Amino acid sequence: MSPANRQGSGIFDSLGPKARRRALIGNVFTLLIVAGLVFAGGNELHRKGQLAGQKWSPFTEWTTWRFLLKGLRSSIEAGGGAAILAFVFGLLLALARMSRRPLLRIAARIYVEIFRSIPVLLLIYMTLFGLPDYGINLSLYWKLVGPLTLAATAIVCEVFRSGILSVERGQGEAALAIGLRHSQAMYRVVLPQAIRSVIPALVSQFVSILKDTSLGFVVSYNELLFTGQIFTSYSRLLIQTYLVIAAMYLVLNGILSKIARVLDARGNRQGALLAGARPSTDEPVALNEGGLP
Amino acid sequence: MSAVTGNMSFLLRGLLATLELTGLSFVFAFFIGLFVATARVSPVRSLRGVGTAYVELFQNIPLLAWLVVFVFALPQAGFILPLFQTAVLVLSLYEGAYVGEVVRSGINTIARGQGEAARAIGLSTGQALRYVILPQAMRSVVQPLGNVFIATTMATSLTAAVGVVELTSSANSLDLQYAQPIAIFVGAGIAYMAVNLIVGQVTGIVERRLAVER
Repeated sequence: MSPANRQGSGIFDSLGPKARRRALIGNVFTLLIVAGLVFAGGNELHRKGQLAGQKWSPFTEWTTWRFLLKGLRSSIEAGGGAAILAFVFGLLLALARMSRRPLLRIAARIYVEIFRSIPVLLLIYMTLFGLPDYGINLSLYWKLVGPLTLAATAIVCEVFRSGILSVERGQGEAALAIGLRHSQAMYRVVLPQAIRSVIPALVSQFVSILKDTSLGFVVSYNELLFTGQIFTSYSRLLIQTYLVIAAMYLVLNGILSKIARVLDARGNRQGALLAGARPSTDEPVALNEGGLP
Repeated sequence: MSAVTGNMSFLLRGLLATLELTGLSFVFAFFIGLFVATARVSPVRSLRGVGTAYVELFQNIPLLAWLVVFVFALPQAGFILPLFQTAVLVLSLYEGAYVGEVVRSGINTIARGQGEAARAIGLSTGQALRYVILPQAMRSVVQPLGNVFIATTMATSLTAAVGVVELTSSANSLDLQYAQPIAIFVGAGIAYMAVNLIVGQVTGIVERRLAVER
């Protein structure tokens, strides 16, 4: 079995001799094209003198790395702050969206609809240039983290909501049947299961928040991308610096994305095991808007 | 309010630029995504590797970093395009990775029997994809593709940070001139919301149109 079989489309479960030969030719072609592109790109950079040793030597010195890593740390601080706030507010908002009070439900819904469809940069410009006119002058950190939190809260709310809706209806019903109050059923039975099921999605959300911290570039908050810009302004090494910065983002976010995928696969496996363990006839039916029957 | 009503044509030009950026980028991203998704399920191992590498590269590096690389850094190596074209190029490449993941998830929802049946009646891998798998897969991903379109609309605002004049940057320059932040930014926000609302409605209609009645 080729590893691609796990991708599930099943259109080439086992290749015959002819197809295998064609796949081999395809492999050779692809590798040639990739090698050609890499060579052409490298050659172009070389011709412009961008690969010269002295253009890369700053990146062998610890002082450069200390400077850039400080930017990375600020990115993580901003992203972490925004993520923690958004996870807390997002959960509260999700509970409001599924509350039994219609007013709370509508207010939460309006918040989500607004902040899901307005670009973060517009919110940042608003805090950056709008709020000072009203005497509100936030610190640089909050000028970045504030708008990021507002936007991420709306998305995290939807993540939690879908998590709550994915908990089997029988769970809430059983909790009510053994005499728990509505709120007890929510907090002790439904929510713990919902939160466990959305952890992978929250990790991906953290990656997307980390990517959005690059907007600190606009706010001139010292995160990774802006740190890179400061570095280029006196080193004049634009290509080298931004390639290094991009690679740093790739490593950090790549690791986090991988963690999200592993957690997701594990969750699916456990779910499948649970489903197989008992003769389940009731499929996971969505709870009503009230959150519980 | 006067800043908004008096400069309606200026803001509308910004909105038009946003729509152009979004439309062009999404069309290119769609074809890039289609290619990336088929590469990732192809029987050719190196092609799968290229597809995966592409998605990892564009999903893990922020869009603004890509814009900065293409607008400020690459011209030093002699790669120079007009600003608007560069913005469309970067947006297409970036959103292409997301379209690719959406299409791949669509392909994965198709029952194995479909592909096996296609093979059994003698279709090649490419034919099976083109005539059997993709037509079904695309039907199931209309809604997620609509979400990518909305994400593209919002992503175009980042081009303001590298100097493209679109809705967000128009709103910002109006505010710098008139200092009426609430009216101007709320106006721009409403424009974005209206675009996204329309896109949401349209995807709903398209989804119903394409649905197969069984």
